[in-house]
Amino acid sequence: MGIKIGNDKFFERVDKGINDKFMRKAVVEAQSRLEGRKTQTTEEMGNWEDWRDLSEEIRQHTLENLDYYLDQFVENVAKQGGHVFFAEDAAEANDYITSIVKKKEAKNIIKSKSMVTEEIGMNEALEELGCNVVESDLGEWILQLDDHDPPSHIVVPALHKNKEQIRDTFQEKRKYDKSSDPNELAQFARKELRKDFLSAEVGITGCNFAVAESGTVSLVTNEGNARMATTLPKTQITVMGMERIVPTWKELDILVSMLCRSAVGQKLTSYITGLTASKEEGDIDGPEEFHVVIVDNGRSKILGTKFQSALQCIRCAACINVCPVYRHVGGHSYGSIYPGPIGAVLTPLLEGYDDHKELPYASTLCAACTEACPVKIPLHELLVEHRKVIVEQSGKSSFGEKLAMKGYAFAASNPGVYKVGSSSAPSFISSVAKGKDGHGKGPGPVKMWTDIRDLPEPTGETFRKWYANREKERDQS
Amino acid sequence: MTTGSIHNKDKFLNNVANRLGRKRRKEGVELPKWSKLPQYEVFDGLSQDELLAQFVLQCDSIHTNVVVTSFEELGKIFPEVIEDLGGKSIVHWKDPRFQEYGLLEALNKEKEEGCSIYEWNPDLGQRNIDKAEQANIGITFSDVTLAESGTVVLHSDNGKGRSVSLLPEKYLAIIPKSTLVPRMTQATDKIHDIAKENGRMPSCINFISGPSNSADIELRLVVGVHGPVKATYIVVDDR
Repeated sequence: MGIKIGNDKFFERVDKGINDKFMRKAVVEAQSRLEGRKTQTTEEMGNWEDWRDLSEEIRQHTLENLDYYLDQFVENVAKQGGHVFFAEDAAEANDYITSIVKKKEAKNIIKSKSMVTEEIGMNEALEELGCNVVESDLGEWILQLDDHDPPSHIVVPALHKNKEQIRDTFQEKRKYDKSSDPNELAQFARKELRKDFLSAEVGITGCNFAVAESGTVSLVTNEGNARMATTLPKTQITVMGMERIVPTWKELDILVSMLCRSAVGQKLTSYITGLTASKEEGDIDGPEEFHVVIVDNGRSKILGTKFQSALQCIRCAACINVCPVYRHVGGHSYGSIYPGPIGAVLTPLLEGYDDHKELPYASTLCAACTEACPVKIPLHELLVEHRKVIVEQSGKSSFGEKLAMKGYAFAASNPGVYKVGSSSAPSFISSVAKGKDGHGKGPGPVKMWTDIRDLPEPTGETFRKWYANREKERDQS
Repeated sequence: MTTGSIHNKDKFLNNVANRLGRKRRKEGVELPKWSKLPQYEVFDGLSQDELLAQFVLQCDSIHTNVVVTSFEELGKIFPEVIEDLGGKSIVHWKDPRFQEYGLLEALNKEKEEGCSIYEWNPDLGQRNIDKAEQANIGITFSDVTLAESGTVVLHSDNGKGRSVSLLPEKYLAIIPKSTLVPRMTQATDKIHDIAKENGRMPSCINFISGPSNSADIELRLVVGVHGPVKATYIVVDDR
């Protein structure tokens, strides 16, 4: 799939999102529920800010010493018989993964949820080999059955679908003949996927955190699908972003606790599994062969820059669950597998600004995301940094915008000019409000606004004038 | 055990170090003294009975039944719990604690009454997984138990198959009360000690908190997806 989803332009995607009434209602409900549960479980701790401080320190220390901890991790994996491949980009990662699958002559592959495998388009690479790749996370399975509908949330990927749509998909693709009751739908998925788990030769997982001191990969789920994928197939391949690492089990404790509370408001999810290489001699279940693929794919470029803190992310989606922009436009509008505030920060860093230059502007800079983040990534500040880069350095902004920014900087530092400037604004706004065709559709940045409502015709009165008049009237009364 | 392979390490890690604006760090990195350690404040100073009370409270919110019993009463309670879970077929760990707690005897009685009983047997290969897949109930002991989250921690081993707590329709954990600790911190501290002493890490450590579940459809909670649809704990006072 890759990071980018679909070929629609930003405003086309936003239009679709805004007009999708079911999706918008679902997102509003999901946000309030997830956010409510998170607040409840964090408030009861009484010292949530201490936990956040500690988590930030852990993530910062780990990133500053990333080469050291990765080295320690992979040596421990190899010492216990596991195989490690460092992949610079998607192509290298997929080449290695497909080579393992070929060697095993595997046809059936079961996957548990993993954002990084989406990012590198691994499923497509395996399908080209003729493999049957099955997503086992319930949400991901629904999307896969529905002709690979892209995810709209990193924790609840099928958030934009209602149960009737899901029932219809099951009916059409798998001859399902029961109701749209979520329990019945899930029981059906259990039965169908059980067969896939039992027949798969290779299990592929992501990695929530890798533990350097022991060479352990940890997986956090509620459904138990990651356990299935690492218990039954003979070969396990774990794919991880290179920043997904903690020094020791003590730090694993903290970050897993933060992830579970921030993502779903649980103290711990139903299953947290620590896997250290392949099964031991004499063990019956568990993989005979264990591979870890560590993926860069643009991450190292973020190190040592003012965006480094973006790599602190633990993929909990707490920022998404509080974002007022996400609330209105939904996940698909971001055009990335990483939506919401973290997506708006991360996507241009991983894929460049060309296709994603609007994302840093898809924010009100209200800072709700920064406050929600359990590892204290200053998300809204990073969005401002992106805007600076876009405007000042990358040359991706229009000449007019650059000129306007420069003009603003000059005028704002010179009150006299600012006064003149703002009194000349009404005539500019007037032309925008009428639009090129005179029907109230403004160009560029005000288009989104004027799509929904017409801009008021300016009265020719500036705020300063209005305020002065109001004060005068007050004095007179 | 044969050592595994590592590909592209130096090129990759040299690049990481370059980006960080320094030379590779191969040694000498020490964990800083963290400014705060809130994890040790949770249930600090609580007695074993108080921890148990917290544990029972939490289990209620993770859809898990808890039965608390004495060592002496376990033999009486056990068949009742099995009946409640629907009996029929049981798979359980090969673990000396089953003998110590008198559960092998209890399981034998179940067998006499027509229940199929299977003890995990490392010599029988795939048959173990087939048995677990068909079983109605999987039974394990808990190695460490977390009061805060209602969690049982299982360390895998030859006789302690991963499938027993995963594949059967229902899961039953026997929890010696002495295994109760405040939270995940105490469990991971112990695992950290194993790793630090370069001891043998269990290939799989599971933290299990109740039955499997999902909220992927309209955020409505569904209990029982890929793992067990029902979980029950028996806490045994072993002191």
